[in-house]
Amino acid sequence: MDHALTLITFVPVAGMVVCLAMPAAMQNACKWIAAAATAVQLAIAIGLYTSFDTTTTAIQFAEKYQWIPAYHITYFMGVDGISISMVLLTALICFISVFASFSITRAEKAYYALLLMLDAGMMGVFVSLDFFLFYIFWEVMLLPMYFLIGIWGGPRREYAAIKFFLYTLFGSVLILLAMLGLYYYGAQSTFDMTVLASNASHYSTTFQRIVWIALFIGFAIKIPAFPFHTWLPDAHVEAPTAISVILAGVLLKMGTYGILRVNFAMLPEATHQLAWLFLGVIGTINIVYGALCAMAQTDFKKLIAYSSISHMGYVMLGVASFTAAGINGAVLQMFNHGTVTAMLFILVGVIYDRAHHREIAGFGGLAQQMPLYAGMTGFAFFAGMALPGMSAFISEVLVLIGAWQTYPLMTVFGAATAILTAGYLLWTYQRIYLGPFNEKYAGYLDLSFRESFTLVPLAAIVLILGVYPQAILGLLNTSLVHLNQVVLSTPGPAVALLH
Amino acid sequence: MDLGNFASLAHFLPELLLTGGLLLLVIVDLLVTNKTHLGDLALIITAGALLLIALTPVTASAWLFHRMLVFDGFAMFFRALIALAALVAVWMSMGSEEVRGCDQGEYYAILLASTVAMFLMAESANLLMAYLSLEFVSLTSYILTGFLRHNRRSLEAALKYLIYGGVASGTMIYGMSWIFGISGSLDFAVINKALTTHGALPVLTVFISLVLILAGMGYKVASVPFHMWAPDVYTGAPIPITTFLAIGSKAAGFALLTRFFFPAISSLTASGSWQVPKGVDWPQLLLVICVITMTLGNLAALQQTNMKRLLAYSSIAQAGYALMGFVVLSNDGIRAMMFYLFAYYLMDAGAFLVVMIVANSTGREDIDAYRGLAWRGGVVPAIALSIFLLSLTGIPLTIGFIGKFYLFAAVIHGGFYVLAIVGVMNSVVSLYYYMRPIKTMFLDLPNGDEGKIAGDTWNYGLMGVLAGATIALGIYWTPIITFANRSLNFFVGPV
Repeated sequence: MDHALTLITFVPVAGMVVCLAMPAAMQNACKWIAAAATAVQLAIAIGLYTSFDTTTTAIQFAEKYQWIPAYHITYFMGVDGISISMVLLTALICFISVFASFSITRAEKAYYALLLMLDAGMMGVFVSLDFFLFYIFWEVMLLPMYFLIGIWGGPRREYAAIKFFLYTLFGSVLILLAMLGLYYYGAQSTFDMTVLASNASHYSTTFQRIVWIALFIGFAIKIPAFPFHTWLPDAHVEAPTAISVILAGVLLKMGTYGILRVNFAMLPEATHQLAWLFLGVIGTINIVYGALCAMAQTDFKKLIAYSSISHMGYVMLGVASFTAAGINGAVLQMFNHGTVTAMLFILVGVIYDRAHHREIAGFGGLAQQMPLYAGMTGFAFFAGMALPGMSAFISEVLVLIGAWQTYPLMTVFGAATAILTAGYLLWTYQRIYLGPFNEKYAGYLDLSFRESFTLVPLAAIVLILGVYPQAILGLLNTSLVHLNQVVLSTPGPAVALLH
Repeated sequence: MDLGNFASLAHFLPELLLTGGLLLLVIVDLLVTNKTHLGDLALIITAGALLLIALTPVTASAWLFHRMLVFDGFAMFFRALIALAALVAVWMSMGSEEVRGCDQGEYYAILLASTVAMFLMAESANLLMAYLSLEFVSLTSYILTGFLRHNRRSLEAALKYLIYGGVASGTMIYGMSWIFGISGSLDFAVINKALTTHGALPVLTVFISLVLILAGMGYKVASVPFHMWAPDVYTGAPIPITTFLAIGSKAAGFALLTRFFFPAISSLTASGSWQVPKGVDWPQLLLVICVITMTLGNLAALQQTNMKRLLAYSSIAQAGYALMGFVVLSNDGIRAMMFYLFAYYLMDAGAFLVVMIVANSTGREDIDAYRGLAWRGGVVPAIALSIFLLSLTGIPLTIGFIGKFYLFAAVIHGGFYVLAIVGVMNSVVSLYYYMRPIKTMFLDLPNGDEGKIAGDTWNYGLMGVLAGATIALGIYWTPIITFANRSLNFFVGPV
């Protein structure tokens, strides 16, 4: 497993090169190339998962080479418990989204090449331990995303694509500045994230706060946290199904991952002081506001997009709680949200492929025509509502248990939103699948084998993690508890009022 | 070391080769009937000059021609950069439909003369030499800009260039006379001694003279408020000349600016940082110019519908970025600026080259001509142009990102946080207009009236090299930063 992380990051790049080299007449084969590349990636990810040592906080599978010695930039990859879960999620979602892309017929060569490039960028973010390398991967995925939305997206694709690009670039340049600040004003000039984390106490409090906020804005745009969330509904609605799946399944997690990896580890003091406001309060706003917005939507996909914003709020709230339960629940929620929303977006894609619209009010009684599809949607909705037995239940409950100890009031809001969530999901289900059958949809085919193939593994994971969450929690606990200790051992919040 | 006229010649070979070459061009032009080979000759001469520069080791720095010019690492860096710019300009001229109709002999001879003049600008060690070389560059540029004699836009551009240029150089020489009055000399080293050891410096007088001189030098780098000529001239000139002005002339301007404001006005302290003469806080002045330049350039670029104009405003903004390295008053900053100018050379030359390829086929320069380029046979130039534009924005895996990275690093290290924030916000704004041609090429579908794109190996070859270098050096840039680092040595001999 010496070069497993390099391999897992660059296998998609190899696939991309092969795709680009394909003659135009054979571009149909690109989907199989992409499938093969992501399958290899998934196999490596599973290999990493099984050989991961869950008892240590040490970096595993590390690779480190000099890159630009004059600037102390290294090619440094490695994973701990937090990143390994995200590696697994990325590999899984990318593999599935290749199959969800099979309905793409236009310029397949370019599509799959860009998809694989996006894959490599996301994977790179999760395995990089050199801040510079992290930043490169972080930025590299912007471009394929722009084109994937902009070329293969819906009617307002150009607007959505540039909005996404501008928003995220705005966030990432702040990260760039913060990164340079950490480099120059630390105990030593380095981009090594592990060294930066161990020298955290060197920075002055004011410096920590300023850099923390800059980093937070950068990462919050990705999450997306209120009020930086407005790009997300646009991007989701216009993006093709598979890209929505990746966007919600993996991309959003990069924001919360960055907060844990950078803000928490490198600036623990500022984290301890600011988290209640920026992660706790904003997270709660995300939960409630996202759910309220979802309730008001008439477009099926937009509804799911807003529910995504709401569910990411739990991650923020959990992270901010500084309890083992809360932070474990938060990262587990990152994983679970990835699988559940991926299912939801695939399901929206299924109906859009047939009806070419997503107006909730336009459907009705679909369960009669497409029972399998309706069943699968019901399952996914229950998962979205976090019913017991489903994976999201465990993570949300952990988050709420953890958050209760720190922020009782916010937890009340967070927990009460579960009712709203159930409300809008069930109401949506009723309007689309139940009630009188809309004759317009007679003759629609039920789930195809390919569609089931993308949904069933996700559903299985949702169930397995609902019963046996330890499969992922086991990975996380050691690293997260350690990270939490680091933050808690620094001077406490400036405002204790909310406790 | 203070070398006399004959001893200096040994360090003056590239200039001599270019001068000899341009005379040869004039003669050959008179003798041969098939003028198409004049371009080949010019290319060989430029490549020869570049080779000479590459082979010259900078072992000992010296004053040349009785302290008129200086031979040091800094000069070598800009010699190399300008020679590369000239090479690209000649190469592009040979593949340009516009230039094909012109008098080949004169054209290439003047292009080479302009190159020599830019070399001299980068090497000036004396205000008189600085003024002469700058005027020499200007004069040749006016001619080259107006070279399309039957094109009204080209003539208008040349006229505008001439008028603005005349005013700028007049202002500059007036400022130089003030400096001469204060320090009693035109020699950079003597000026430096006078300013730094002067008991009570007439601060206001020095300041005014610096502002006046800045008018001339700022004009060459197209910084605000001396930028007005750039959009018209860049639009009107033949594309290879636009490229040459954008990369070569700008690099020479930055070289002269640096040599005047750093070793001539300020002094290097033992700790390796630069110190301004007491009371003459010129970085503050340039800070304002820098911020306005990048902001105004970017905002104005947002509105453009012509590619050449868009790139003209972008190049104003890019000059603003490069100035960031200038105002932080450290070797870090100068190194970052040098690196950035090299990066700018690659990406801007590339962008203009693609503009030329499209113009060659369609005769159009407006963004509309790029509609659906990727879907109508022009996928290679479309990808190349995207690479160059993304590099200009500063997206990773391109050299433009590394250039900005070094600039921001220097700015943060120098403690100029507000400048850093203005800089990155400008990058975000610039993304919008840099993405517009990319959007047009990939996201829009062709209407059918845009014209076919015909590829030719000559231009595509250069495009491939530039695009390849933009990416390769964005991933592994040690050679360039090492070169810039080694070249960051100003010869300041005993007065």
